[in-house]
Amino acid sequence: MELIYLLFILVLSVFLGFALISRVPPLLHTPLMSEANAICGIIVVGALIAAGAQANSTLTIILGTSAVALATFNVVGGYLVTDRMLKMFKKKDSTK
Amino acid sequence: MSMEFLANFVYILSSVLFAFGLKFLGSPVTARWGNILSALGMLLAVVATLVSGHIVSFQWILIGIIVGATLGALVALKAAMTQMPQMIALLHGCGALASVFVAWSAYHVHGAGDLTNTITLYLSIVIGGLTFTGSGIAWGKLSENLPGKPILFAGQRLVNMGLIVSIFILGVFFILNPAQYHLFLTILVLSLFFGIFLIIPIGGADMPVVISVLNSYSGVVACTTGFVIHNTLLIVVGSIVGANGMILSIIMCKAMNRSITNVLFGGFGAVIQRQGPGEKRQAKSISVEDAFLILENAKSVVIIPGYGLAVAQAQYAVRELGEFLEKNGCDVKYAIHPVAGRMPGHMNVLLAEANVSYDQLMEMDAINPLMDNVDVAIVIGANDVVNPAARHDKSSPIYGMPIINADKAKTVFVIKRSMATGFAGIENDLFYDDNCRMIFGDAKQTVQALVAEFKTSQH
Repeated sequence: MELIYLLFILVLSVFLGFALISRVPPLLHTPLMSEANAICGIIVVGALIAAGAQANSTLTIILGTSAVALATFNVVGGYLVTDRMLKMFKKKDSTK
Repeated sequence: MSMEFLANFVYILSSVLFAFGLKFLGSPVTARWGNILSALGMLLAVVATLVSGHIVSFQWILIGIIVGATLGALVALKAAMTQMPQMIALLHGCGALASVFVAWSAYHVHGAGDLTNTITLYLSIVIGGLTFTGSGIAWGKLSENLPGKPILFAGQRLVNMGLIVSIFILGVFFILNPAQYHLFLTILVLSLFFGIFLIIPIGGADMPVVISVLNSYSGVVACTTGFVIHNTLLIVVGSIVGANGMILSIIMCKAMNRSITNVLFGGFGAVIQRQGPGEKRQAKSISVEDAFLILENAKSVVIIPGYGLAVAQAQYAVRELGEFLEKNGCDVKYAIHPVAGRMPGHMNVLLAEANVSYDQLMEMDAINPLMDNVDVAIVIGANDVVNPAARHDKSSPIYGMPIINADKAKTVFVIKRSMATGFAGIENDLFYDDNCRMIFGDAKQTVQALVAEFKTSQH
């Protein structure tokens, strides 16, 4: 893949990020942060490739497996905790 | 080839789902769906990677996923809402370390590759390394396993400068000689140390900025690692998260009227000289019974929570007080300063947990124009964010910081343990105002005492 295409994607994604996030109200900044954090666990994709490649040394097995565990922790923990928080945001009418 | 094409196609779908997930966070009504969509995108990306043909052995993956998912679920379901800031710091740290391991593993197996690869690899281990240890320190401070006060020592700046310069110079050598494994390891170790030294001088009240910055960094690491292993999905997601952390950091810094560099390198607590006693002023206190009589007649009440509310776990008691006030025909609002608490939006989550309706949670800019018409403002566990010195006293260290104009309300109650100063270490002019009354005591117990007054009056 050409570097220039990757940079192209990078720049557009930054703009997308700015556009999306500046619309989130301060009310939801904590869940925003934890959801962004969970999405960041996308590194699990890289970790899977690292852990699932033909093992050629103990070091790569350790690195890959730990990376999968850490990234999965990040993903599962992040989404669950965000869901717990968002569940709590209620309007009075719906609770009574 | 076709499987790889399919996987990339699914990655596009995942990015779209992530984008919708964030878009739906624009309103509390749709937010939960957004999170579920986002999680679905993640699941698709994982499945697509597993079947993409890159993976030949599944045993280690399975072990990693089981361990990570179990621990993640346990921690996420057990954490109390007051512990959210440290929970998020912990997650940042894990994500960053995972990125470092992925980049390291790619380097170990394939070598550094071309110039772009080497540079991004270098960035991944530096930013990933310092984010990991930095988040660890932030976690320690937030969970009070480490002292929350800034840790300062002689020559701190020298050590930091030394670390930055050596990481930079070694980086140049590494980029010129990417095969030097020992350079790679040295840079990683130095970055880990740098993360520690970067965060220990930062005090507890600056944690909202720190967490936002670490959030940004964890995105940047995912992004640079995406360049290392040529994965577009990592680049897209990493840059979105990087932008997210950056926006939040800017918002937090604006709310404190300070620059990012000042927060990260200023050692705020050390710079400020504590004011001498000066003129002796007397704050007026009020008993719970008298406060109740005023509250009973109030038509509008604004509650201004701060970190002290979280410490005292007073959110349920506060909601109960709010309900009694409402039953009494009073209009109740909560005014949330952007940096109240230890992370962006901390107070909102606590009050939402206690079942406060989110339309009662008002932002600073929305509530300030209304403060003149408010009968009673109750400040609970907040200090610097309601200090009117920020508006008029040019000599004050917090001059220019946007505050909630609690002093404009007809009567102000401040629930506080003592006259001790807030994080900035300065006297709060508000406490000496004619319309201000202190209610000394623990936040939770005091609010519960007020609730008890309301209960007895109804019989």
